[in-house]
Amino acid sequence: MMTSKMWVTMGPQHPFSHGLWTLKVKIDGEVITDAIPIIGYLHRGWEKECENRTYPQIIPMADRLCYSASMTWSHVYVMAVEEALGIEVPERAQYLRVVADEICRIQSHLMWLAAMGTDLGNLTVFLWSLREREMFLDLFVKLCGQRLTTNYPRIGGVRNDMPYLFERDCMRVVDLFEKRLWDIIALMDDSAIFLSRMQGVGRISRKEAANMGLTGPGMRGCGVNFDVRRDDPYEVYDLLDFEVPVHKDGDAYARYAVRIEEMFQSCEIIRQAMAQMPDGPVRIKVPRNVPAGSHFARIEDPRGEALMHLISDGTDKPYRLKVRSPIFVNVSGAKRMVLGTRMADVPAIMGTIDMCLGETDR
Amino acid sequence: MAGDDFYEAPTVEQVIQLIGDRFGGDVTVRGSKERRVFLSAGRERIYELCEYIHDVLNFEQASSLSGVDWETHMQMVYHLSNYYNGVMIEIEVDIPNDDLRVDSVTPIWEGANWHERETYELFGIVFDNHPQLERLLTPCDYEFFPFRKSYKLRRAE
Repeated sequence: MMTSKMWVTMGPQHPFSHGLWTLKVKIDGEVITDAIPIIGYLHRGWEKECENRTYPQIIPMADRLCYSASMTWSHVYVMAVEEALGIEVPERAQYLRVVADEICRIQSHLMWLAAMGTDLGNLTVFLWSLREREMFLDLFVKLCGQRLTTNYPRIGGVRNDMPYLFERDCMRVVDLFEKRLWDIIALMDDSAIFLSRMQGVGRISRKEAANMGLTGPGMRGCGVNFDVRRDDPYEVYDLLDFEVPVHKDGDAYARYAVRIEEMFQSCEIIRQAMAQMPDGPVRIKVPRNVPAGSHFARIEDPRGEALMHLISDGTDKPYRLKVRSPIFVNVSGAKRMVLGTRMADVPAIMGTIDMCLGETDR
Repeated sequence: MAGDDFYEAPTVEQVIQLIGDRFGGDVTVRGSKERRVFLSAGRERIYELCEYIHDVLNFEQASSLSGVDWETHMQMVYHLSNYYNGVMIEIEVDIPNDDLRVDSVTPIWEGANWHERETYELFGIVFDNHPQLERLLTPCDYEFFPFRKSYKLRRAE
Protein backbone atom coordinates (compact mmCIF):
# COMPACT_ATOMS: atom_id res chain seq x y z
CA MET A 1 0.00 0.00 0.00
CA MET A 2 1.24 3.46 -0.83
CA THR A 3 1.59 5.82 2.10
CA SER A 4 2.67 9.42 1.99
CA LYS A 5 4.09 11.37 4.87
CA MET A 6 2.24 14.33 6.24
CA TRP A 7 2.46 16.87 9.04
CA VAL A 8 -0.29 16.92 11.62
CA THR A 9 -0.54 19.88 13.98
CA MET A 10 -1.76 18.87 17.43
CA GLY A 11 -2.62 21.98 19.38
CA PRO A 12 -2.65 24.70 20.58
CA GLN A 13 -6.31 23.80 21.16
CA HIS A 14 -6.27 20.05 21.53
CA PRO A 15 -7.61 17.90 24.38
CA PHE A 16 -4.23 16.36 25.06
CA SER A 17 -2.24 19.58 25.31
CA HIS A 18 -3.50 20.82 28.73
CA GLY A 19 -2.63 24.40 27.96
CA LEU A 20 -1.49 26.28 24.91
CA TRP A 21 1.27 24.49 23.11
CA THR A 22 1.62 22.70 19.82
CA LEU A 23 3.12 19.41 18.89
CA LYS A 24 3.66 19.09 15.15
CA VAL A 25 4.09 15.45 14.23
CA LYS A 26 5.10 14.00 10.88
CA ILE A 27 3.34 10.72 10.29
CA ASP A 28 3.95 7.92 7.87
CA GLY A 29 0.63 6.09 7.95
CA GLU A 30 0.23 5.78 11.71
CA VAL A 31 3.89 5.88 12.72
CA ILE A 32 5.50 9.14 13.84
CA THR A 33 8.73 9.91 12.00
CA ASP A 34 9.38 13.45 13.24
CA ALA A 35 8.03 15.85 15.84
CA ILE A 36 8.46 19.52 16.67
CA PRO A 37 7.18 20.96 19.96
CA ILE A 38 6.24 24.64 19.73
CA ILE A 39 5.83 26.74 22.88
CA GLY A 40 5.81 30.43 23.69
CA TYR A 41 2.11 31.31 23.52
CA LEU A 42 2.21 32.29 27.19
CA HIS A 43 5.57 34.07 27.32
CA ARG A 44 5.14 37.03 29.67
CA GLY A 45 8.76 37.96 30.26
CA TRP A 46 8.45 36.87 33.88
CA GLU A 47 12.18 37.09 34.56
CA LYS A 48 12.39 40.62 33.15
CA GLU A 49 9.32 41.74 35.10
CA CYS A 50 11.05 40.62 38.31
CA GLU A 51 13.91 43.05 37.71
CA ASN A 52 11.37 45.83 38.15
CA ARG A 53 9.92 44.66 41.47
CA THR A 54 11.13 44.49 45.05
CA TYR A 55 11.96 41.12 46.57
CA PRO A 56 8.72 40.60 48.59
CA GLN A 57 6.61 41.61 45.59
CA ILE A 58 7.92 38.65 43.61
CA ILE A 59 6.55 35.98 46.00
CA PRO A 60 2.94 36.17 44.71
CA MET A 61 4.30 36.36 41.16
CA ALA A 62 6.18 33.12 41.71
CA ASP A 63 2.88 31.48 42.64
CA ARG A 64 1.60 32.24 39.16
CA LEU A 65 4.37 30.25 37.50
CA CYS A 66 2.34 27.11 37.89
CA TYR A 67 -1.23 26.94 39.13
CA SER A 68 -0.89 23.51 40.70
CA ALA A 69 2.63 23.83 42.12
CA SER A 70 2.40 27.37 43.46
CA MET A 71 3.75 26.41 46.87
CA THR A 72 6.98 24.92 45.58
CA TRP A 73 7.62 27.82 43.20
CA SER A 74 7.32 30.50 45.84
CA HIS A 75 9.35 28.23 48.12
CA VAL A 76 12.27 27.96 45.71
CA TYR A 77 12.19 31.72 45.18
CA VAL A 78 12.39 32.55 48.89
CA MET A 79 15.10 29.92 49.29
CA ALA A 80 17.22 31.65 46.65
CA VAL A 81 16.77 35.02 48.39
CA GLU A 82 17.57 33.52 51.80
CA GLU A 83 20.69 31.96 50.30
CA ALA A 84 21.75 35.42 49.10
CA LEU A 85 20.98 36.98 52.49
CA GLY A 86 22.77 34.15 54.28
CA ILE A 87 20.06 33.70 56.89
CA GLU A 88 18.76 30.60 58.65
CA VAL A 89 15.01 30.10 58.76
CA PRO A 90 13.40 29.09 62.13
CA GLU A 91 12.98 25.36 62.41
CA ARG A 92 9.22 25.43 62.80
CA ALA A 93 8.94 27.42 59.58
CA GLN A 94 11.08 24.83 57.80
CA TYR A 95 8.74 22.05 58.93
CA LEU A 96 5.69 24.08 57.90
CA ARG A 97 7.20 24.59 54.46
CA VAL A 98 7.83 20.85 54.13
CA VAL A 99 4.23 20.05 55.06
CA ALA A 100 2.92 22.66 52.63
CA ASP A 101 5.21 21.37 49.86
CA GLU A 102 4.02 17.82 50.29
CA ILE A 103 0.35 18.84 50.31
CA CYS A 104 1.15 20.71 47.12
CA ARG A 105 2.85 17.66 45.62
CA ILE A 106 -0.13 15.41 46.32
CA GLN A 107 -2.67 17.84 44.90
CA SER A 108 -0.51 18.45 41.83
CA HIS A 109 -0.14 14.72 41.19
CA LEU A 110 -3.91 14.30 41.63
CA MET A 111 -4.51 17.04 39.07
CA TRP A 112 -2.19 15.15 36.73
CA LEU A 113 -3.99 11.87 37.43
CA ALA A 114 -7.32 13.48 36.58
CA ALA A 115 -5.94 14.87 33.32
CA MET A 116 -4.33 11.53 32.48
CA GLY A 117 -7.63 9.77 33.11
CA THR A 118 -9.51 12.01 30.68
CA ASP A 119 -6.75 11.64 28.10
CA LEU A 120 -7.18 7.90 28.15
CA GLY A 121 -10.98 8.00 28.24
CA ASN A 122 -11.47 7.09 31.87
CA LEU A 123 -13.73 9.82 33.20
CA THR A 124 -14.29 8.18 36.59
CA VAL A 125 -10.63 8.65 37.44
CA PHE A 126 -11.05 12.35 36.65
CA LEU A 127 -14.01 12.71 38.99
CA TRP A 128 -12.52 10.67 41.81
CA SER A 129 -9.10 12.26 41.84
CA LEU A 130 -10.53 15.77 41.70
CA ARG A 131 -12.76 14.83 44.62
CA GLU A 132 -9.72 13.76 46.67
CA ARG A 133 -7.79 16.82 45.52
CA GLU A 134 -10.47 19.02 47.02
CA MET A 135 -9.56 17.71 50.50
CA PHE A 136 -6.01 18.96 50.06
CA LEU A 137 -7.14 22.27 48.64
CA ASP A 138 -9.29 22.65 51.75
CA LEU A 139 -6.15 22.16 53.83
CA PHE A 140 -4.55 24.98 51.82
CA VAL A 141 -7.56 27.18 52.51
CA LYS A 142 -7.14 26.54 56.22
CA LEU A 143 -3.41 27.17 56.13
CA CYS A 144 -3.12 30.12 53.72
CA GLY A 145 -6.64 31.23 52.85
CA GLN A 146 -6.30 30.32 49.18
CA ARG A 147 -6.89 27.22 47.11
CA LEU A 148 -4.37 27.60 44.31
CA THR A 149 -2.20 30.71 44.45
CA THR A 150 -1.23 30.32 48.06
CA ASN A 151 1.30 33.13 48.71
CA TYR A 152 2.44 31.36 51.86
CA PRO A 153 6.28 31.33 52.17
CA ARG A 154 7.99 34.56 53.15
CA ILE A 155 11.62 35.59 53.01
CA GLY A 156 12.75 34.44 56.45
CA GLY A 157 9.92 32.04 57.26
CA VAL A 158 6.26 31.56 56.45
CA ARG A 159 3.38 33.99 56.66
CA ASN A 160 1.48 32.45 59.56
CA ASP A 161 1.58 29.55 61.95
CA MET A 162 -0.78 26.59 61.64
CA PRO A 163 -4.40 27.47 62.40
CA TYR A 164 -6.36 25.83 65.20
CA LEU A 165 -6.68 22.02 64.78
CA PHE A 166 -4.76 22.01 61.49
CA GLU A 167 -2.71 19.04 62.60
CA ARG A 168 -5.83 17.00 63.30
CA ASP A 169 -7.31 17.94 59.90
CA CYS A 170 -4.07 16.99 58.16
CA MET A 171 -3.98 13.57 59.78
CA ARG A 172 -7.62 12.90 58.93
CA VAL A 173 -7.17 13.91 55.31
CA VAL A 174 -3.99 11.89 54.88
CA ASP A 175 -5.47 8.76 56.45
CA LEU A 176 -8.62 8.98 54.38
CA PHE A 177 -6.71 9.74 51.22
CA GLU A 178 -4.43 6.73 51.56
CA LYS A 179 -7.48 4.48 51.67
CA ARG A 180 -9.21 6.17 48.77
CA LEU A 181 -6.11 6.21 46.58
CA TRP A 182 -6.30 2.42 46.46
CA ASP A 183 -9.74 2.74 44.87
CA ILE A 184 -8.30 4.93 42.14
CA ILE A 185 -5.38 2.56 41.63
CA ALA A 186 -7.82 -0.32 41.25
CA LEU A 187 -9.71 1.70 38.67
CA MET A 188 -6.55 2.20 36.62
CA ASP A 189 -4.56 -0.98 37.12
CA ASP A 190 -7.48 -3.37 36.73
CA SER A 191 -8.39 -1.83 33.41
CA ALA A 192 -6.93 -3.76 30.47
CA ILE A 193 -7.45 -0.75 28.18
CA PHE A 194 -5.44 1.53 30.44
CA LEU A 195 -2.59 -0.96 30.79
CA SER A 196 -2.36 -1.67 27.10
CA ARG A 197 -2.21 2.04 26.33
CA MET A 198 0.46 2.75 28.93
CA GLN A 199 2.78 -0.25 29.04
CA GLY A 200 5.64 -0.27 26.60
CA VAL A 201 4.95 3.10 24.96
CA GLY A 202 7.32 6.06 25.01
CA ARG A 203 10.30 4.11 26.26
CA ILE A 204 13.35 6.18 27.26
CA SER A 205 16.63 4.70 28.45
CA ARG A 206 18.38 5.85 31.60
CA LYS A 207 21.22 7.48 29.66
CA GLU A 208 18.92 9.37 27.31
CA ALA A 209 16.77 10.57 30.18
CA ALA A 210 19.76 11.97 32.04
CA ASN A 211 21.27 13.55 28.95
CA MET A 212 18.15 15.32 27.78
CA GLY A 213 17.62 16.78 31.23
CA LEU A 214 14.44 14.92 32.10
CA THR A 215 13.80 15.41 35.82
CA GLY A 216 11.27 14.47 38.42
CA PRO A 217 8.95 11.46 38.14
CA GLY A 218 9.77 11.16 34.44
CA MET A 219 13.44 10.64 35.20
CA ARG A 220 12.81 8.27 38.10
CA GLY A 221 10.55 6.21 35.84
CA CYS A 222 13.59 5.71 33.59
CA GLY A 223 15.82 4.37 36.35
CA VAL A 224 17.72 7.50 37.43
CA ASN A 225 17.88 7.18 41.19
CA PHE A 226 17.97 10.84 42.17
CA ASP A 227 15.71 13.07 44.19
CA VAL A 228 16.75 16.56 45.30
CA ARG A 229 14.91 16.03 48.58
CA ARG A 230 17.08 13.06 49.49
CA ASP A 231 20.37 13.65 47.66
CA ASP A 232 20.73 17.42 47.97
CA PRO A 233 18.54 18.03 51.03
CA TYR A 234 17.07 21.43 51.78
CA GLU A 235 14.99 22.55 54.78
CA VAL A 236 14.51 19.52 57.08
CA TYR A 237 14.24 16.73 54.53
CA ASP A 238 17.44 15.14 55.87
CA LEU A 239 15.68 14.60 59.23
CA LEU A 240 12.76 12.77 57.65
CA ASP A 241 12.64 9.14 56.66
CA PHE A 242 11.12 8.44 53.25
CA GLU A 243 11.76 6.39 50.15
CA VAL A 244 12.28 7.56 46.59
CA PRO A 245 10.33 5.35 44.19
CA VAL A 246 12.35 4.36 41.12
CA HIS A 247 11.25 2.22 38.18
CA LYS A 248 13.58 0.94 35.50
CA ASP A 249 11.15 0.32 32.62
CA GLY A 250 11.16 3.87 31.27
CA ASP A 251 7.72 3.63 29.67
CA ALA A 252 4.61 5.69 30.32
CA TYR A 253 3.36 3.17 32.87
CA ALA A 254 6.56 3.49 34.92
CA ARG A 255 6.16 7.26 35.08
CA TYR A 256 2.56 6.76 36.22
CA ALA A 257 3.61 4.25 38.89
CA VAL A 258 6.33 6.57 40.25
CA ARG A 259 3.81 9.36 40.75
CA ILE A 260 1.35 7.08 42.53
CA GLU A 261 4.06 5.82 44.90
CA GLU A 262 5.26 9.39 45.49
CA MET A 263 1.83 10.32 46.78
CA PHE A 264 2.05 7.60 49.43
CA GLN A 265 5.52 8.82 50.41
CA SER A 266 4.27 12.39 50.66
CA CYS A 267 1.57 11.24 53.08
CA GLU A 268 4.29 9.62 55.16
CA ILE A 269 6.39 12.81 55.10
CA ILE A 270 3.41 14.90 56.27
CA ARG A 271 2.85 12.50 59.18
CA GLN A 272 6.50 12.58 60.25
CA ALA A 273 6.86 16.34 59.87
CA MET A 274 3.74 16.94 61.94
CA ALA A 275 5.00 14.62 64.67
CA GLN A 276 8.49 16.17 64.81
CA MET A 277 7.44 19.81 64.49
CA PRO A 278 9.03 21.90 67.27
CA ASP A 279 7.54 25.00 68.85
CA GLY A 280 8.97 28.40 68.12
CA PRO A 281 8.73 31.41 65.85
CA VAL A 282 7.72 30.98 62.22
CA ARG A 283 9.31 34.09 60.76
CA ILE A 284 12.27 36.35 61.36
CA LYS A 285 12.88 39.93 60.32
CA VAL A 286 15.08 40.29 57.26
CA PRO A 287 16.79 43.32 55.73
CA ARG A 288 15.16 45.00 52.76
CA ASN A 289 18.25 45.09 50.58
CA VAL A 290 20.05 41.96 49.48
CA PRO A 291 23.87 42.09 49.35
CA ALA A 292 25.43 41.82 45.90
CA GLY A 293 26.26 38.33 44.71
CA SER A 294 25.18 35.36 42.65
CA HIS A 295 23.25 32.55 44.35
CA PHE A 296 20.97 29.72 43.41
CA ALA A 297 18.60 27.28 45.09
CA ARG A 298 17.04 24.12 43.81
CA ILE A 299 14.10 22.12 44.97
CA GLU A 300 12.09 19.04 44.02
CA ASP A 301 9.02 20.41 42.32
CA PRO A 302 6.13 17.95 41.70
CA ARG A 303 7.22 18.01 38.04
CA GLY A 304 10.97 17.85 38.44
CA GLU A 305 13.93 19.92 39.47
CA ALA A 306 13.10 23.61 39.91
CA LEU A 307 16.06 25.98 40.17
CA MET A 308 16.24 29.73 40.58
CA HIS A 309 19.44 31.62 39.96
CA LEU A 310 19.41 35.03 41.58
CA ILE A 311 21.91 37.81 40.91
CA SER A 312 21.58 40.68 43.35
CA ASP A 313 23.32 44.05 43.20
CA GLY A 314 22.79 45.40 46.72
CA THR A 315 19.48 47.14 46.03
CA ASP A 316 15.97 45.98 46.93
CA LYS A 317 15.35 44.59 43.44
CA PRO A 318 17.00 41.59 41.79
CA TYR A 319 19.47 42.29 39.01
CA ARG A 320 18.62 39.05 37.24
CA LEU A 321 16.46 36.10 38.17
CA LYS A 322 16.66 33.00 36.03
CA VAL A 323 14.05 30.27 36.39
CA ARG A 324 14.89 26.73 35.45
CA SER A 325 11.55 25.16 34.81
CA PRO A 326 11.41 21.35 34.74
CA ILE A 327 8.73 21.18 32.05
CA PHE A 328 10.62 23.58 29.77
CA VAL A 329 13.42 21.01 29.55
CA ASN A 330 11.21 17.91 29.64
CA VAL A 331 9.12 19.03 26.69
CA SER A 332 12.24 19.82 24.65
CA GLY A 333 12.76 16.05 24.54
CA ALA A 334 9.27 15.47 23.11
CA LYS A 335 10.68 14.39 19.76
CA ARG A 336 12.75 11.64 21.30
CA MET A 337 9.77 10.41 23.32
CA VAL A 338 7.27 10.08 20.49
CA LEU A 339 9.58 9.01 17.65
CA GLY A 340 8.58 5.62 16.26
CA THR A 341 5.35 5.39 18.24
CA ARG A 342 1.86 5.60 16.83
CA MET A 343 -0.32 8.66 16.58
CA ALA A 344 -2.80 7.30 19.13
CA ASP A 345 -0.03 6.90 21.73
CA VAL A 346 0.85 10.60 21.77
CA PRO A 347 -1.68 11.57 24.49
CA ALA A 348 -0.48 8.69 26.68
CA ILE A 349 3.18 9.70 26.32
CA MET A 350 2.82 13.48 26.49
CA GLY A 351 0.33 13.13 29.33
CA THR A 352 3.00 11.61 31.53
CA ILE A 353 5.22 14.69 31.41
CA ASP A 354 2.49 16.68 33.20
CA MET A 355 2.41 19.86 31.13
CA CYS A 356 2.10 23.23 32.80
CA LEU A 357 2.53 26.14 30.47
CA GLY A 358 2.86 28.93 33.01
CA GLU A 359 6.28 27.75 34.08
CA THR A 360 7.31 26.55 30.63
CA ASP A 361 6.93 29.88 28.90
CA ARG A 362 7.40 32.11 31.93
CA MET B 1 24.46 7.95 45.94
CA ALA B 2 22.38 4.90 45.06
CA GLY B 3 21.98 3.74 41.48
CA ASP B 4 24.99 2.03 39.96
CA ASP B 5 26.89 0.78 42.96
CA PHE B 6 30.25 0.35 41.23
CA TYR B 7 30.65 4.03 40.43
CA GLU B 8 32.03 6.38 43.01
CA ALA B 9 31.22 10.00 42.28
CA PRO B 10 33.92 12.65 42.82
CA THR B 11 33.59 14.72 45.96
CA VAL B 12 33.86 18.52 46.01
CA GLU B 13 37.59 18.34 46.86
CA GLN B 14 38.25 15.81 44.11
CA VAL B 15 36.38 17.94 41.56
CA ILE B 16 38.54 20.97 42.42
CA GLN B 17 41.71 18.85 42.39
CA LEU B 18 40.98 17.14 39.06
CA ILE B 19 39.92 20.31 37.26
CA GLY B 20 42.93 22.17 38.66
CA ASP B 21 45.29 19.45 37.43
CA ARG B 22 43.78 19.34 33.98
CA PHE B 23 43.11 23.00 33.22
CA GLY B 24 45.59 24.84 35.43
CA GLY B 25 45.26 28.60 35.22
CA ASP B 26 42.47 28.63 32.63
CA VAL B 27 39.86 27.75 35.23
CA THR B 28 39.63 29.66 38.51
CA VAL B 29 37.97 28.23 41.59
CA ARG B 30 35.86 31.02 43.09
CA GLY B 31 34.84 29.01 46.10
CA SER B 32 33.16 25.91 47.34
CA LYS B 33 30.85 24.73 50.08
CA GLU B 34 28.90 21.61 50.87
CA ARG B 35 27.95 19.95 47.53
CA ARG B 36 28.71 23.12 45.57
CA VAL B 37 31.71 24.16 43.46
CA PHE B 38 31.96 27.62 41.94
CA LEU B 39 34.27 28.09 38.95
CA SER B 40 34.93 30.66 36.32
CA ALA B 41 36.47 29.84 32.97
CA GLY B 42 37.64 31.51 29.78
CA ARG B 43 35.30 31.06 26.86
CA GLU B 44 37.99 29.47 24.66
CA ARG B 45 38.10 26.33 26.76
CA ILE B 46 34.50 26.12 27.94
CA TYR B 47 33.57 23.31 25.56
CA GLU B 48 36.63 21.31 26.56
CA LEU B 49 35.87 21.91 30.25
CA CYS B 50 32.25 20.85 29.89
CA GLU B 51 33.24 17.75 27.93
CA TYR B 52 35.67 16.82 30.71
CA ILE B 53 33.03 17.40 33.39
CA HIS B 54 30.54 15.26 31.48
CA ASP B 55 32.79 12.42 30.33
CA VAL B 56 35.25 12.05 33.19
CA LEU B 57 33.54 13.52 36.25
CA ASN B 58 30.18 12.07 35.07
CA PHE B 59 27.99 15.13 35.56
CA GLU B 60 25.08 13.81 33.55
CA GLN B 61 22.81 16.80 33.54
CA ALA B 62 23.00 20.47 32.64
CA SER B 63 20.45 21.88 35.05
CA SER B 64 20.38 25.44 33.92
CA LEU B 65 22.13 27.86 31.59
CA SER B 66 21.50 31.53 32.13
CA GLY B 67 22.69 34.65 30.41
CA VAL B 68 23.46 37.80 32.39
CA ASP B 69 23.85 41.29 30.95
CA TRP B 70 26.44 43.18 33.01
CA GLU B 71 26.34 46.10 30.53
CA THR B 72 30.17 46.16 30.30
CA HIS B 73 30.08 42.54 29.17
CA MET B 74 27.77 39.55 28.99
CA GLN B 75 28.06 36.38 31.02
CA MET B 76 26.91 32.79 30.72
CA VAL B 77 26.34 30.84 33.92
CA TYR B 78 26.21 27.03 33.75
CA HIS B 79 24.76 24.87 36.52
CA LEU B 80 25.78 21.24 36.14
CA SER B 81 24.61 18.47 38.43
CA ASN B 82 25.73 15.01 39.35
CA TYR B 83 23.12 12.30 39.88
CA TYR B 84 25.25 10.19 42.20
CA ASN B 85 26.06 12.52 45.07
CA GLY B 86 24.11 15.71 44.41
CA VAL B 87 27.18 17.89 43.75
CA MET B 88 26.59 20.94 41.56
CA ILE B 89 29.18 22.92 39.62
CA GLU B 90 28.55 26.55 38.71
CA ILE B 91 30.69 27.96 35.90
CA GLU B 92 30.78 31.62 34.93
CA VAL B 93 32.03 32.56 31.48
CA ASP B 94 32.54 36.18 30.48
CA ILE B 95 31.74 37.18 26.91
CA PRO B 96 32.85 40.59 25.50
CA ASN B 97 30.12 42.84 24.14
CA ASP B 98 31.71 43.26 20.72
CA ASP B 99 31.90 39.53 20.03
CA LEU B 100 28.90 37.74 21.56
CA ARG B 101 29.87 34.18 20.78
CA VAL B 102 30.44 31.08 22.84
CA ASP B 103 30.62 27.38 22.03
CA SER B 104 27.37 25.52 22.43
CA VAL B 105 27.27 22.65 24.93
CA THR B 106 24.22 21.05 23.31
CA PRO B 107 26.41 18.36 21.67
CA ILE B 108 27.35 17.30 25.21
CA TRP B 109 24.04 17.72 27.04
CA GLU B 110 20.89 17.62 24.96
CA GLY B 111 19.04 19.28 27.82
CA ALA B 112 20.98 22.50 27.20
CA ASN B 113 19.33 22.91 23.80
CA TRP B 114 16.35 25.05 24.70
CA HIS B 115 18.23 26.98 27.38
CA GLU B 116 20.67 28.11 24.70
CA ARG B 117 17.94 28.97 22.24
CA GLU B 118 16.24 31.00 24.95
CA THR B 119 19.44 32.85 25.84
CA TYR B 120 20.06 33.53 22.16
CA GLU B 121 16.67 35.12 21.60
CA LEU B 122 16.56 37.09 24.84
CA PHE B 123 20.19 38.26 25.06
CA GLY B 124 21.55 37.85 21.55
CA ILE B 125 24.40 35.57 22.52
CA VAL B 126 25.28 33.30 19.60
CA PHE B 127 26.11 29.67 20.33
CA ASP B 128 28.52 28.14 17.84
CA ASN B 129 27.73 24.60 16.68
CA HIS B 130 24.20 24.70 18.03
CA PRO B 131 22.00 22.37 15.93
CA GLN B 132 19.07 24.76 15.56
CA LEU B 133 19.58 28.28 16.84
CA GLU B 134 16.17 29.86 16.29
CA ARG B 135 13.78 31.95 18.33
CA LEU B 136 11.71 29.84 20.68
CA LEU B 137 9.49 31.92 22.97
CA THR B 138 9.19 35.24 21.16
CA PRO B 139 7.78 35.80 17.64
CA CYS B 140 10.28 35.05 14.89
CA ASP B 141 10.17 38.61 13.51
CA TYR B 142 11.47 40.28 16.68
CA GLU B 143 14.42 42.52 15.94
CA PHE B 144 15.53 43.25 19.50
CA PHE B 145 16.67 41.30 22.54
CA PRO B 146 14.22 42.01 25.37
CA PHE B 147 16.26 40.82 28.37
CA ARG B 148 19.20 43.15 27.79
CA LYS B 149 19.55 45.98 30.28
CA SER B 150 19.32 48.50 27.43
CA TYR B 151 15.71 47.37 26.90
CA LYS B 152 13.79 49.38 29.51
CA LEU B 153 10.44 48.29 30.89
CA ARG B 154 7.65 50.81 30.89
CA ARG B 155 7.58 51.42 34.64
CA ALA B 156 11.34 51.32 35.19
CA GLU B 157 12.90 54.57 36.30
